Amino acid sequence: MAVATAPTRGMTKTEKRNQLMGLLFISPWLIGFLLFALFPLIASLYYSMTNYDFIRDPQFIGLANYVRLFTTDPDFWTVMYNTIYYVGFGVPLGIAVAFLIANLLNSEIKGRTLFRSVIYIPSIVPAVCTAMVWLFILNVQYGAINGILKTIGWQTIPFLSSPELAKPSLIMIYVWAQGTAVVIFLAALQDVPRSLYDAALVDGANAWARFWNVTVPMCTPVILFNFIMGIIAAFQDFTLPFVLTGGGPMKSTEFYVVNLYRNAFVQFSIGKASAMAWILFLIILLFSVILFRTSARWVYYGGEK
Amino acid sequence: MTSASQTVSSKPQLQQHARSGSISTTKWISRFAIYTILILLGITWIFPLYWMVTSSLKDDPQIYTVPPVLIPNPVYWNNFYDAWTRFDFNQAAFNSVFLYSLPVTIFTLISSMIVAYGFAKIPWRGRDALFWVCIATMMLPWQVTMVPLFIIFKNLGWINTYWPFVVPSLFGNAYFIFLLRQFFLSIPEELSDAARIDGASEFGILWRIILPLSKPAIAVVLLFRFLWSWNDYLGPLIYINTEAMQPLALAIYRMRTLALSMGTTAMAYPHLMAVSTLVALPIILIFIFAQRTFIEGISTTGLKG
Repeated sequence: MAVATAPTRGMTKTEKRNQLMGLLFISPWLIGFLLFALFPLIASLYYSMTNYDFIRDPQFIGLANYVRLFTTDPDFWTVMYNTIYYVGFGVPLGIAVAFLIANLLNSEIKGRTLFRSVIYIPSIVPAVCTAMVWLFILNVQYGAINGILKTIGWQTIPFLSSPELAKPSLIMIYVWAQGTAVVIFLAALQDVPRSLYDAALVDGANAWARFWNVTVPMCTPVILFNFIMGIIAAFQDFTLPFVLTGGGPMKSTEFYVVNLYRNAFVQFSIGKASAMAWILFLIILLFSVILFRTSARWVYYGGEK
Repeated sequence: MTSASQTVSSKPQLQQHARSGSISTTKWISRFAIYTILILLGITWIFPLYWMVTSSLKDDPQIYTVPPVLIPNPVYWNNFYDAWTRFDFNQAAFNSVFLYSLPVTIFTLISSMIVAYGFAKIPWRGRDALFWVCIATMMLPWQVTMVPLFIIFKNLGWINTYWPFVVPSLFGNAYFIFLLRQFFLSIPEELSDAARIDGASEFGILWRIILPLSKPAIAVVLLFRFLWSWNDYLGPLIYINTEAMQPLALAIYRMRTLALSMGTTAMAYPHLMAVSTLVALPIILIFIFAQRTFIEGISTTGLKG
């Protein structure tokens, strides 16, 4: 083994064979990476600097698409605001709720598997199906929630038909579908050594103190993981807003990728859509880097520095 | 940490003493509180799915009655059949299963296993660097490659076919390559070495030694790849534009338009809910039977639903 990995100039017969076999085995991925990731990535960067509509040949216009998006585009900042609103409230709220539910599930209870299933299933059911149910439940005239409100004599709430409430409604559905995070948190909580809690008990720490001084520090790596993945995923949420509200009312749920899709496949503004895609790419990259960089300060990595 | 656990084990009597008396009353109260919160959360979480299933068994008057009808009476079992045949859902189901989900799932498994083997079990130069590139592609947002890929596949004449999904699956998937590689690394090297001495080829080792030992990881790949293709909405939205070729997700969306225009007439909502139930049902059933595989896949690699 050590011989095979040592940087020797002349390779032995086995090493040559291994080099060949290794490359042969990973070649499907390498070809796929070049064809379906690297080439489209570069092509997309090129299209973002052109005027292109699928029909006439692309015309190179430099950074004009980017400049137009940032300065004169009527929708770009609205769409950006909507998305940051959704990500900024949705992700932290989703993490907080998921972490609290996971902690409840981690206490000594019967029926943990059943509760976990109930919380988790909404996150795997097809988004189209859940969108249809919520469309129905949140309907002003015959939705279940407004039906209950009417029964007790309250005013109905236009969850999806008012521009003020549409985004919070979508965030509510987002939080409801965070079962994956609950399962990840629950697994992390079960890995926290019992001895730490026992030690805290001996020191006279109450449940609240144990939660903040044992549970939270031990779970920061997994919270960070969920936070990064949550931001990246939420920026790209497409099906739910597209199917549920179609961007409306009054563009209040026109999120970044919904608008990007429309620009590309409805308006055929390929240049603009590609520029939007690259801006999003850089935003996501930036978030990942910032989070990874700052994590050293507040993430507990089992005593290592 | 070591000293803390020693402290606990050296004073077992003190612990025993503290558990009795007033502490147990507090414990009982906190348990009662936890169960209450969990049951309320559980009801909230399951309600949309409960509403989806029960609404698909109602007729139009039961849809808009105030207070809302919690238990359908009379029950309209026929809705499932009527809704399914209202549009050609048989064709959509055929497309979803045989043109999309099954081939993509099987090809992804085979290609990802081969690539993962090359990254895990054969020592060759540049392996770790390329594996790092493979991991990095997971962070690449689909919006960036979406447009150039569409242009490539359009030029190949693949619009209104499932080739844009099936062909890329022949080249492996970074998530599953990662997952399988981690699993393969845990299989002792001695097993492959012994087979090599017996004259087995690398493919032979993968097929006869690694594959039978990797069933848990393979189950995770099959499960999640199937789930993703079954639930996929955006991909078909881009590439499929005739009704005859639509998968289930797009067919449901067509029904939404009907429901929005007809409101509480012509069984629009009961049928929409019935179809949503039927499309969600396979996923829920798979979850019930393969719960452990789901939980394992998420807690080890954070795979999203």
